[in-house]
Formats: sequence, C-alpha cells, structure tokens
Amino acid sequence: MAQAIEVSDLDIYYGDFLAVQGVSMAIRPRSVTAFIGPSGCGKSTFLRTLNRMHEVIPGAKVRGTVTIGGQDIYASAVDPVAVRRKIGMVFQRPNPFPTMSIYDNVLAGARLNSRRLSRSEADTIVERSLSGANLWNEVKDRLGKPGMGLSGGQQQRLCIARAIAVSPEVLLMDEPCSALDPISTSAIEDLIHELKKDYTIVIVTHNMQQAARVSDETGFFNLKAAGEPGHLVEFDATEQMFTKPSLPETEAYISGRFG
Amino acid sequence: MSVTRERPPIVEEPGSDPFVASSRRRRAIGDRIFSSTALAAGLTILIALAAVFIFLISQGARGFHADPEVYQPAANNFFSYAAKLLFGTALSSLLAMIIAVPFAIGLALFISHYAPRRIAVPVAYVIDILAAVPSVIYGLWGARTLAPASHGLQTWLNAHLGWIPLFGGQISATGRTMLIAAIVLAIMVLPISTAICREVFQRTPKLLEEAALGLGATRWEMIRYAVFPHARSGMVAGMMLGLGRALGETMAVAMVLSASPQVTFKLLTSDNPATIASNIAANYQAEDVRIQTVLIATGLVLFVFTFLVNFVARAIVARSERRFA
Repeated sequence: MAQAIEVSDLDIYYGDFLAVQGVSMAIRPRSVTAFIGPSGCGKSTFLRTLNRMHEVIPGAKVRGTVTIGGQDIYASAVDPVAVRRKIGMVFQRPNPFPTMSIYDNVLAGARLNSRRLSRSEADTIVERSLSGANLWNEVKDRLGKPGMGLSGGQQQRLCIARAIAVSPEVLLMDEPCSALDPISTSAIEDLIHELKKDYTIVIVTHNMQQAARVSDETGFFNLKAAGEPGHLVEFDATEQMFTKPSLPETEAYISGRFG
Repeated sequence: MSVTRERPPIVEEPGSDPFVASSRRRRAIGDRIFSSTALAAGLTILIALAAVFIFLISQGARGFHADPEVYQPAANNFFSYAAKLLFGTALSSLLAMIIAVPFAIGLALFISHYAPRRIAVPVAYVIDILAAVPSVIYGLWGARTLAPASHGLQTWLNAHLGWIPLFGGQISATGRTMLIAAIVLAIMVLPISTAICREVFQRTPKLLEEAALGLGATRWEMIRYAVFPHARSGMVAGMMLGLGRALGETMAVAMVLSASPQVTFKLLTSDNPATIASNIAANYQAEDVRIQTVLIATGLVLFVFTFLVNFVARAIVARSERRFA
C-alpha cells in the first residue's frame, strides 16, 4: 500500500549529459505532490526516475539514492521491471492498448503480475479498478468493446484504472490532463482527490492552477540557464508555495513574471 | 523572451505582393505537375499489369487444350498438368515460408528491440545485402555446396524420422531434394520479410511501448502487448512479399532440383515435383510451339494463383483490423 518516497542528492544523466542535478526531497505517503516548472527543466525526467522508466532511453543513469518504502530502488539486486510493477504510471496522452477491450486493458497489468486469474477474480479487479477510476458507470455495459472507442478523458481514466488494478504503492502521473478538455480535466482532478486516500501520488503539471487545486506539496524545478542542468528550486507545502514562497525565483514563476 | 521579439525586418520584393499572387500561382503549378506525375505512374502500373494478363491469355489460350501427347508423360490434359506444377509451387513455397517466417520475425525483433545500435545497424545491413544476391548464385550454392553438405543431415532425418511420410522413401544420393530447394528459397525470402517486419516493429508508437513497460512488462511482454498487435498487418505484408518471391522463384529451384510435374510429399527423394516457374525455365527452349504455348498457359495459372494468395491474405488482415477499429 501507499509508501513514502525519499530522494537524496539525485543526479540524472543521459550518457555524459547531466540533465538534472542534486534533487533531494521527501514525499509523504497518501499525499499528492505536484512538480511545476518551465519546459525542459527536468521535472518529467525526474518523475521517471521514480519508477526507473527513464532507463528506457539507452545511456540513462542516475547517481544518488531513491528509496520507496525504505527500499533503495537502485540497489544492484533490484530489477527495474519489479520496481515498475509496484509503481503505477499514467502518461501525458491516454495510451490504452488499441487491440484490447476495456476489460482486457484494465487487466493488462494484473495479468503480468499473476499468471492465472479466475474469472471471478478478474471480474472483481475490473469492477473495483473502474469504480476507483470513476469510469464504471460509463462503461459497465460495454466492457468487451475496444478501449480506443472511448473519449479522450475516458481513455485517460481507463489508463488510471489499469494502473491501480495492481494496487501499486505509488502512482506517478506525467501531465495526465495535458491532452484533455476542461471537463475531463476536472473529472481527473476529482479522481486524484479520491485516490489520495489509498495512494501516494506524484504529478507533473504545466498548469499551475491544477497544482494549486490538487496537491498538498509542490516542487518547483528550473534551469539555471540554457544548457545547464535542471534542479529543484523549492519544495514546500502547496499553500506556502502559492502564497508566500521563500525564494524570489519561485515567486516570479508562480506570479507569471517569469523569463 | 525579449530577444525573440526583435525579429529582423521582412525584406519585401519590390512591386509584388509576396504572399498572394506569385507564390500561389507557383504552388498551383507544382501541385499540378506532382499530381499528374503520380497519376501517370499509377496508370502505368495498371496498364503494365493488364498487358501482362492480356499477353498470357492471348498466347496461352491454346495451351489449355493442346494434344494430349504434349502433356506426356506427366499428364493427359492441361488441368492435371497445371495442378501438379501448382502443387510443386505451393509445396516449395509453403516449406520455405515455414522455415523463413520464424527467422524473419526473430531477426527483425533482434534488430529493432534487442540488439544495441552498434550491432543492429551492421546486422540489418548484411541482411539487406542478401536481397541483392542474384538468384543464380543461390541456385549454384544450393546445388553445389548445400546439397552435398547436407547429405548427412538428410540421411539422419530419413533414418530417425523416416516414419513421418515427409522424410520417408529412398533418399537422394546427390542431396538435391525438395528440402534443399525449400531452404534455399527460405534464405532468399528472408531479407525482404525481415526488412518489412523490422520497419513496422521500429514504428511501434513509443506511447504504447511505455504503456506496457510502465505496467512492469519485461521486454518480451512489452513486445507481445505493444509491438505485435501494432505490427500485425505489416508482418503479413512482409510475409506476402516473401511468399511472392518464393512462388515466382525460377533459377534457384531449377538449378537445385531435377524435377518433373508430379505430386509427392516425400522431401528427401530424387523424385521431386517441379514448380511452375522452374518448369518454364527448364523447357521454354523446346522446339515444339505447342509446348511453349502450354508453358505460357501455366504462367497464367501462376499469375492468377499469386494474385489470389495476396488477395486472401489482405482480406484476412482487413478483417482483423476492422474488429478493432
């Protein structure tokens, strides 16, 4: 279940290129933590190091430690595949598997984790996950239909259902609403509020109002200058960050006087 | 930000509005040239195809009912003659595809998803080169090197798996058998099928691969969840092109096999079914005009058969695509 995340002095490299430098933070379990900052500042890259998804790019490596629930996810004995099974991820654009039905999409992760699911177990997981993603009532009569037939916002909630179907310890969201209209966005934000009861949620967003609405804590990332690595400027309770941030740089970004 | 606002002033050509008149006219001419070139190219292909078809019918029509002795000793009439050749064609191509398809998919996956770049690029290059080797060379190699070299393997298959009808019978002393012809064909099919599979595998949307990886899929699970479903129709297309090459291959088969029109499933004997193309190559210099006419008629059969195979395969793909649309 929901776990705390501790990051200390993390550097992220792509080959020899230092992309993000010296990030340390502590993320509480059952809270929503938002990362904001300009494009290219490394917030998405940093998010991806929390489930080792950045390693998909050849040459990516980190220095420093990330522990989730007290366990170092970069210890040499740890398999990145095992890390990703315990940490759910939702992407910028909805990405249900196009050849799978809604039902099979929800079960995709569960089927990877446990080889055999009885029909009743599968039904239970599907109903629980879709209800958890506020999608059950909209799709319960067409579970056998392709996931791609849903609207963008429904597809994104389907992806959230797919992620929570395996009861992850942490849920990472990489700009989950950036491809959605305002009504779908508000549905996802409501959902994030509810999911907070059971999961540790980390969300990257370009939308500062969204960060202010959904998160308990906010981290502001920035580049020192073009070509320099990104870094964490300030990390604090969201209310503090948006009312009286301690650094003028944060203040300038939040009030729109940036760059 | 303040830097980007200082744009250099736009230089206007004197005496003309740069956006309306001249540029639109120029684009319209370019469009017209391009669209008529494309149309001409498309029509040329259709005309060429129609011309081939008309040639085959007009020249081959009399071959359908020539005197019975023309078809001797293989058969008494055209339909049993053509059916036997078609059997040889289908059998050799089917065997070649059974051998080639797993290799093509495996190689393509190795290049697209497993090998590090510095290995994948040269491997892909070498496989592409295989496609450039002329089929006569494959024929020579199959008949002169592979056939004698595989004699031991064929003897072993015959001794231990001889109870399967495919490997039974009196085994050929030269090693030049249907099995070797199929292996040579498989090697010839490999480059084109591999190249197309590799291409579609590489085009799997990153988004879908990440969906699978983010759920904790291993690389193979990711391939099953994201790559194969996305690549399915492309894989079939690659196999079809390979099959087309196998069905029509002439020299390699003619050089490996000493064959005649017949129906036999025994792959290791010296009695081998000829294919339509290799039969044409072996006999087209016959002085008897009636034989030449019959050969053209069998060419028509191959033409129609290849067409049907392609058509059926595309229909299958289209149906499975529609189910998910």
